[in-house]
Amino acid sequence: MSTAHRPEIGSERRFGPYGGRYVPESLLPALDELEAVWSELRDDPAFKNEFRGLLRDYVGRPSPLYLARRMSERAGREVWLKREDLNHTGAHKINNALGQCLIAKRMGKPRIIAETGAGQHGVATATAAALLDLECVIYMGVEDIRRQMPNVQRMRLLGTTVQPVESGARTLKEAVSQAFRDWVGSVGDTHYVMGTAAGAAPFPAIVRDLQRIIGDEAREQILEQAGRLPDRVVACVGGGSNAIGIFTAFLDDPVALVGVEAGGHGILSGSHGAVLASGVDAGVLHGSYGPVMQDAQGQILEAHSVSAGLDYPGVGPQHAWLRDSGRATYVPVDDDDAVRAFREVARLEGIIPALESSHALHHVLHVPAPEVEVDLVCLSGRGDKDLAEALAKLEEIDGAAALAADDGEPTVVPTAIGSDPEADEDGDGPQGAEEVR
Amino acid sequence: MSTGPTGTSTPRAGAGEERIAAAFRDHEGAAALMPYIMGGYPDPSVSRDIAKAYVDGGADLVELGVPYSDPLADGPVVHAAGTDALNAGVTVDDVFELGEQLAADVPVVLMTYANIVLRPGIEAFAARMRDAGFSGLIVPDLPIGEDSADVVAACDAAGIAFVPLVAPSTTEARVAEVRSAARGFLYAVSVTGTTGERASLSDQFEEVIRRAKTAGAGDGAAADVPVGLGFGIANGEHAAQAAAAGADGVIVGSRLVRAAGEDDPVAAVSAVMADLASGLGR
Repeated sequence: MSTAHRPEIGSERRFGPYGGRYVPESLLPALDELEAVWSELRDDPAFKNEFRGLLRDYVGRPSPLYLARRMSERAGREVWLKREDLNHTGAHKINNALGQCLIAKRMGKPRIIAETGAGQHGVATATAAALLDLECVIYMGVEDIRRQMPNVQRMRLLGTTVQPVESGARTLKEAVSQAFRDWVGSVGDTHYVMGTAAGAAPFPAIVRDLQRIIGDEAREQILEQAGRLPDRVVACVGGGSNAIGIFTAFLDDPVALVGVEAGGHGILSGSHGAVLASGVDAGVLHGSYGPVMQDAQGQILEAHSVSAGLDYPGVGPQHAWLRDSGRATYVPVDDDDAVRAFREVARLEGIIPALESSHALHHVLHVPAPEVEVDLVCLSGRGDKDLAEALAKLEEIDGAAALAADDGEPTVVPTAIGSDPEADEDGDGPQGAEEVR
Repeated sequence: MSTGPTGTSTPRAGAGEERIAAAFRDHEGAAALMPYIMGGYPDPSVSRDIAKAYVDGGADLVELGVPYSDPLADGPVVHAAGTDALNAGVTVDDVFELGEQLAADVPVVLMTYANIVLRPGIEAFAARMRDAGFSGLIVPDLPIGEDSADVVAACDAAGIAFVPLVAPSTTEARVAEVRSAARGFLYAVSVTGTTGERASLSDQFEEVIRRAKTAGAGDGAAADVPVGLGFGIANGEHAAQAAAAGADGVIVGSRLVRAAGEDDPVAAVSAVMADLASGLGR
């Protein structure tokens, strides 16, 4: 094999002060191997052809870029949705799962493991494992198993073993920890398909590389369809894989990057997942140093979000560095606003978005941004999985009328989209702050 | 053996390393006996009684565990005990208090995860260990290298021995690198996996000991590093096998933590200690 890429090895173990490899010694050889293999494969024509071919013919890429007409009217600017919800298995997770399972095949590892919260990464990994004939075990907290039974059934149907995790709050954080424990003992024949751009190096860089197709496609599409770059790119952030995937293509452009985190019950309540927006101290979680929710003695705290996929007390190290360096900003959207945006987008566009994505959609619809004329939003997944949770929450906050035909959303005067972009420059008129809640 | 001007026994980690060296030098029987205790489990008072039973049972060194929310290297027994202790309100302060009392009788090596060490700041944590009379520190998620350099330096400055681990998956070259960075002793993990009892020692344990004892040895300070074998040692027979294969110390965790959860914890851990001591020919 070529040694041309050797200098890259280890160059992305940290992003600023964040990242690293805080793992048991047993795992270091596997992380070294993964880093070395990926530095070859990422530029290997045969691997790229196989991966791109599957993304096209099996996943259905490129995913469409869609100008959301009624959302645009309501927001008072162009809102373009990158439709990751239309991928096979219904979310961006399949990009990474498929890529890592191909890497596992190349490394000769017959068994894969993964964690899942809402079940999207678990289903994507189980799907890739079926396709590539790999043995697959998914760790999932028993609380999430209860909440996400359809996804559990999907994984089992696909031939995967779903391993319930009983420890702690029985949600995503514990599932990741248990997957790591499995890997400590099984590393010889097993690859851990980390589901987000977090964890020990080289996972944050690999997951970003596998998800950057979201932004690469969207950049090309918006240049072609809108004739220009967006003013802003908006994506939800839990661990941050869809966000880093769409941000990466725009890092060198004059485009604002906004990550939307889980505000939960509000930052002040302490019950949230807004790791970057709330400014919590850095620490070590799941092999990586970065901002993490923890108590004064260093015990990791549980996050909270209405969406299981954002319910994580840490965040990817590159996001932390994008924040510190000022390249991206991170804002919270709380549970109630997210579930209302879930309903609003369903009614405006006939698209049921994932609750995770709904956080980003609320920000775009209801937080004034007079300087923005063109928004690009990553619609990271579809919301079928969230129906029960979201409807229960809507009923809780809006009462029995939660699903009445008139949901009390403001009526807006339609504006012609894209007809006269000059007219919006002063930020006045129907696009002004008065029109948005 | 080195004949260099500084000899082979100059400690880099001061008082802590010297006390650990003495424990490995002065023990009875075939190897040093190094029991692990989950600090504060099942509660702080009983935990103190268990620590005393370890001392009475012939412990040459005690490995003191800190209950942690996300222990990635621990199997179900130690994990559950840590969770129980946290749920009962046990804090890092409680563990330091226990360790300070214990350090009057035996050298104490704290075993804790990286975030507990980083949280108050590395220098502050190292100074606190020194003030409590601890001798060493084991951090299972802080492998030797760039991520641990600051912690090792702070421990050296405070006279605390930073004890690194090697595993069956660790290459010969890497074992040599880790061994040369070891203070006090080198912790050899007998199995590829998390902590926990096994019916028998893995078929890898003799090779792990051999590598830990010999890789990179013979040049300077690395020549004299003792090797403690841990993970999976559950009884006197295992301890005897470890010692026969060349381990200078045997570390026993999950079996003793399980005993600490029984109805009469002191009697249960004492019985395990007696079996281990007997296995070591005491």
